[in-house]
Amino acid sequence: MTRADPAVTASSLGKRYGDVVALDDVTFDVRVGELFGLIGPDGAGKTSLFRLLTTVQLPDAGSARVLGLDVVKDYRAIRSRIGYMPGRFSLYPDLSVEENLRFFASVFGTTIEAGERLIAPIYSQIAPFADRRAGALSGGMKQKLALCCALVHLPELLLLDEPTTGVDAVSRREFWDLLETLRADGLTIVASTPYMDEAMRCERVALIQHGRILDIADPRTIGARFDRPLLALRSAERLRLLRALRALPDAHSVFPFGDAVHYADARADRDGSTVAAGLQRVLAEQGIRDVQVTPIEPGIEDVFMELMQRAPAATA
Amino acid sequence: MSSRTGGRVRAPRLPSALGAFVRKELHHIVRDRQTLAILLLMPLVQVLLFGYALRTDVRDLRVAMVDPTPDVLTVRLRNRLESTPRFRVVSTATSTALLEDQFQRRVADVALVLPTSFADGLARGDRTPVLLVTDASDPNSGTTMQSYVRAALADFESDLSAPGRGPVRIQVASRMRYNPTLESANLFVPGLIALVLTLVSALMTAISLSREKEQGTLEVLLVSPLRPWQIIVGKVLPYLALGFAITCLVLLAARVVFAVPLRGSLTLLLAESVLYTIVSLSLGVLVAARTTSQRAAMLGALVGTMMPTALLSGMIFPISSMPGWLRPITNVVPARWFIVIARGIMLKGAGLGILWHETLVLAGMALLLLVAATRSFHARLD
Repeated sequence: MTRADPAVTASSLGKRYGDVVALDDVTFDVRVGELFGLIGPDGAGKTSLFRLLTTVQLPDAGSARVLGLDVVKDYRAIRSRIGYMPGRFSLYPDLSVEENLRFFASVFGTTIEAGERLIAPIYSQIAPFADRRAGALSGGMKQKLALCCALVHLPELLLLDEPTTGVDAVSRREFWDLLETLRADGLTIVASTPYMDEAMRCERVALIQHGRILDIADPRTIGARFDRPLLALRSAERLRLLRALRALPDAHSVFPFGDAVHYADARADRDGSTVAAGLQRVLAEQGIRDVQVTPIEPGIEDVFMELMQRAPAATA
Repeated sequence: MSSRTGGRVRAPRLPSALGAFVRKELHHIVRDRQTLAILLLMPLVQVLLFGYALRTDVRDLRVAMVDPTPDVLTVRLRNRLESTPRFRVVSTATSTALLEDQFQRRVADVALVLPTSFADGLARGDRTPVLLVTDASDPNSGTTMQSYVRAALADFESDLSAPGRGPVRIQVASRMRYNPTLESANLFVPGLIALVLTLVSALMTAISLSREKEQGTLEVLLVSPLRPWQIIVGKVLPYLALGFAITCLVLLAARVVFAVPLRGSLTLLLAESVLYTIVSLSLGVLVAARTTSQRAAMLGALVGTMMPTALLSGMIFPISSMPGWLRPITNVVPARWFIVIARGIMLKGAGLGILWHETLVLAGMALLLLVAATRSFHARLD
């Protein structure tokens, strides 16, 4: 394997469980040293993809190479060279922090000391609790420990399946800071997440829905793919606002978004402020007067919603 | 990066990886104080329960006698029964009219119905029929009570110098030889060992293995260089040790509290216990391989191993009193064979020369299940 070869190559991967199609024609690659994100809602197929890449399940169609090795033929060689944190990974709650780490080190035929170089920055944060049972750690601490366990054997590729699910916002940010440090150190990382703010920290993201990859792009420029005027609207009567917007003949898509409503206009050639003025007037006529309308730059979520809206039509 | 690729496939250093696994598993066992306490205390409580409360040997046997033609001989029979502390003759009637009522009100357990001119028949040396009616609503104590009365009748008969042939004799003799007082503790302890070993090995392994599935730790172990069989061995070894300790505990308790004999070799008994534990452990692994949650694994282990062990092994219900279609099914219950072996060693002092057949069956099962368990545990999840 030379440096130019991708760390992960998936070609037309397919996986089904009975009648349920988990993955359908998934093709992508991950460059060495990249922080690659898999973005999608629950049930999109992210976990299945991880299981194929970590060789714990076999693909029904297509093929994949991890670190230049075939996931079917060379599974044993792959396993000792990757670090993996499964989605529900919760360590052994009845073992202490140190015992957990020591156990995973010996299972991978190594020691904590040998893994020092990679885990030291992370482990130093949880070291004060080395004697505490893992079950008594906070969510954020647990994830850091799990990360240590996945790194202790110095893997070349780190695969993280929704590592921050169920973790508070501050810890999530800290966790992704750690991932960026690891990436800067040269480690290739593939992580899935349902959170868009985390997606922004990846170099490239793959948007997954219904087992298919909708798009692969740099999350910072992905907004450029949204080619319609987009507006954020706020009103005390949110439900009425939603209904009124959805009834408009020129509405392309209307989604509730935090405390606001995102409205995309079907007339792609109009500019945002013109549409905003028009909306303000129409809504006022309908008696919704407190509404604030602001043209906005589309974010990754808007793109995702847009792609999701198109996807079922494309497959039908 | 290049410095890391140099390692290629690291062969798992078996002793250290396996040692770490066993140590980890022991931690799980020791730190779950509640479960451990239950596992250690439950067998002791069961020994006491089976020994004291759940006796199927009957102490106060109430006999209703029906004697149409009382004379010296029938009175002698009656006195004979009364003289043993087990029996209490609650009524003597000349007809059977009252019997139904006595059984229904539960004032009598057994009715001994003598024919008219019982004494004459005996004197002539005829085959004298005696009707023995037992309240068999509890089949176990029913058979036991029947054997008591049969034994008493046989004694009575041999006391009489008259050369008559007794009404019943056959089964009593064989039972009497090994368990003269029909102490139920003697019969229960081997079954109890089987039950406890099943619990510790099958149930606990199934639960602890499916817990790893639920926690997601199994997925990581699979991705590790550990081979599936190493995971199984690491999982199973500590429970094998725990099962061994508990067997010793039950044997000791049975000995101290109820003076249950151990007539054969202790080493052989323990070796057979280990064999049986391997069978149960493999069953536990098989159950865990086919279930996805701890709860399902627990149910599976209870229904798949505990129930057959308790009900179909001959531990509580004698196989001989099962319906014909059910009897062949008991052959696939490992505990059935282990109980025969354990009873043989403990009560009869039998050695491998006698028990080789059962041991072979058990060893065959162990081998088959061990292979199946390892197979069921793939290098992959599907």
